[in-house]
Amino acid sequence: MAKMRTMELLVGTFMAMGFVALFFLAMKVSNLSAGGGGDGYRIKARFDNVGSLKVRSPVSIAGVTVGRVESIVLDQDSFQAVVTLRIDPAFDQIPADTFANIYTAGLLGEQYIGLDPGGSLDNLADGGQVEHTQSALVLEQIIGQFLFSKAEEG
Amino acid sequence: MEPVARLGRLGLRAVAGLGRAHLLLLEVLAGLPSLLVRPRLLIAQLFAIGVLSMLIIGVSGLFVGMVLGLQGYYVLSQFGAAESLGVMVAASLVRELGPVVTALLVAGRAGSALTAEIGLMKATEQLSGLEMMAVDPVKRVLTPRFFGGFLSMPLLAAMFSAVGVAGGWFVGVGLLGIDDGAFWSQMQAKIDFSEDLINGVTKSLVFGIVVTWIALYEGYDADPTAAGVSRATTRTVVQSALAVLGLDFVLTALMFGD
Amino acid sequence: MGNGTLPPPTNRLDTGHHRATDPWVLVRIRGLCFRRGDRIIFDGVDLDIPRGQVTAIMGPSGTGKTTLLKLIGGQLRPDAGTIEIDGEDVHRLGRGALYALRKRMGMLFQSGALLTDLNVFENVAYPLREHTRLPESILRRLVLMKLEAVGLRGAAGMMPSQISGGMARRVALARAIALDPMMILYDEPFTGQDPISMGVLIDLIRHLNDAAQMTSVVVSHDVAETSGIADRIYLIANGQLMAAGTPAEIASSESPWVRQFMHGEPDGPVHFHYPAPPLREDLLA
Repeated sequence: MAKMRTMELLVGTFMAMGFVALFFLAMKVSNLSAGGGGDGYRIKARFDNVGSLKVRSPVSIAGVTVGRVESIVLDQDSFQAVVTLRIDPAFDQIPADTFANIYTAGLLGEQYIGLDPGGSLDNLADGGQVEHTQSALVLEQIIGQFLFSKAEEG
Repeated sequence: MEPVARLGRLGLRAVAGLGRAHLLLLEVLAGLPSLLVRPRLLIAQLFAIGVLSMLIIGVSGLFVGMVLGLQGYYVLSQFGAAESLGVMVAASLVRELGPVVTALLVAGRAGSALTAEIGLMKATEQLSGLEMMAVDPVKRVLTPRFFGGFLSMPLLAAMFSAVGVAGGWFVGVGLLGIDDGAFWSQMQAKIDFSEDLINGVTKSLVFGIVVTWIALYEGYDADPTAAGVSRATTRTVVQSALAVLGLDFVLTALMFGD
Repeated sequence: MGNGTLPPPTNRLDTGHHRATDPWVLVRIRGLCFRRGDRIIFDGVDLDIPRGQVTAIMGPSGTGKTTLLKLIGGQLRPDAGTIEIDGEDVHRLGRGALYALRKRMGMLFQSGALLTDLNVFENVAYPLREHTRLPESILRRLVLMKLEAVGLRGAAGMMPSQISGGMARRVALARAIALDPMMILYDEPFTGQDPISMGVLIDLIRHLNDAAQMTSVVVSHDVAETSGIADRIYLIANGQLMAAGTPAEIASSESPWVRQFMHGEPDGPVHFHYPAPPLREDLLA
């Protein structure tokens, strides 16, 4: 029947447009194209305080995202936070004495890990550990320090 | 004592209705194998529910997106964060407005039509007639409509969100002068595929089940009279709306909480 | 009171073996009890529907005549009693067997119950498409012949909304005979029909029954029309079988109730006045 044929065509168009919309949302709207994560090598870093760092927070060098935070766990012996970073395999020449710092993006933004490369000739590899870290800044401690130093002066 | 007894009766009736609805859902799902050998029925329902809802979904999505662009710009520019408009529009649409508004619109347009159609078939003894012709009316009439609604909903919600983002882009970048690059790049950085998009699609799948199920049950259970069918249609729209909004809260709390 | 069961014919060979299917009776109803809410619809009814004949079931409105058809078709379950069709207990059958039995029965609903989104041809073809794998050309010829039998071959392309009620019923009849059933159930076929349509239907019911050696069960309260074509009449009221017999026997019945019903007298055992206090009391209150 001709009517059936038209209906089939329209339904096919509908399904196609639906999938196109989903595709558009996945590619152009979400972060799917910007590295879906998965492969890459792992390195660990220990912090006294990770602040509000979250899993999937970005890891960057000089502002360029090179990886993501994979997990954050508490070491109950040293009571330090052990953060596992997954670095994109393209960036395999990060020196072994690199600093890992927790910065805040913008004034109120979310926190990320910024890597300051050192000068060592050895590079970090899968399973390696960043030795030098700087924890997140905690607002109360800063205010406390400020008040304390002010009190000392005057 | 009488009002209490009445309340009790109402409660019992509601619980019995809930039971009947679940039994009906099981029967409808059991009809899937026989639906797969008759794809024509499914295609007809995808047409009736999906294709015919495209226009209202598209237009609504466009306007909602444009309004989000406008309102978002005014609020965000007060904090100097106008460049985040893309994120705001996309997040609102993909996570919430896309699935929810689509579900409400589909419930109003297609859900009420389904209820009326089935209620009328019941009132004119067509369902009985099918039974006496040794054809299972649930499998033949209800199952195709259920899967038509279930499959259409996420596609319609995706279209709503996509058109909405385009509308927001048109207002923000085209009319209000936000930087085109910032609009898209911020959005792509912040909207997460699995957190936002997959959750949004899951929501619309759940809504698809609920809206279609309510529409089919109310039609099948309706009083076989003109007044009964009209009451059933109203019940479909009201119950669908309440169910969608209530489930949205539950799902949002589950998905987007920490 | 009438006895609904038929005595066995005297010249039947009694071999001592009990055959499941009775060559004389197609539907055997025994001790049927059914209630809807508080109302008792049937209270121990015994009925035999003989093969190859037109059997009429009549009674006042609301006595459950349509309910009886639904019980026979297996759409409703009785509270007690059995209904056997061609030797099979309808309500003991599993779903598959029940559906197989329904393929051998046709039912004509009061409103026709045609599927509104299909045209006349497709409606009649529906059972054939569902239950047979006939090639399209043969199916087409079958459908046209069924439509020809009810005189509506010319309307094959029309939609149900375009044809009159009487024509819809005839199409529904063509659909009911599509699979050449052994029995057809007619639910109030004459209600609300003009004299010509009525005449056409009466003619069709009788001719179909005789030509195809079918069994017909007509549920109606149109006394004159039904008496004209029925071979056997059962009168049901108040959940009981009130009378049974050939039209001639019923017409000459002595029972005052039967007389009132068959002749349409306004007052008799079924009173004209709904029970009420004396008029004087109401007016002077």
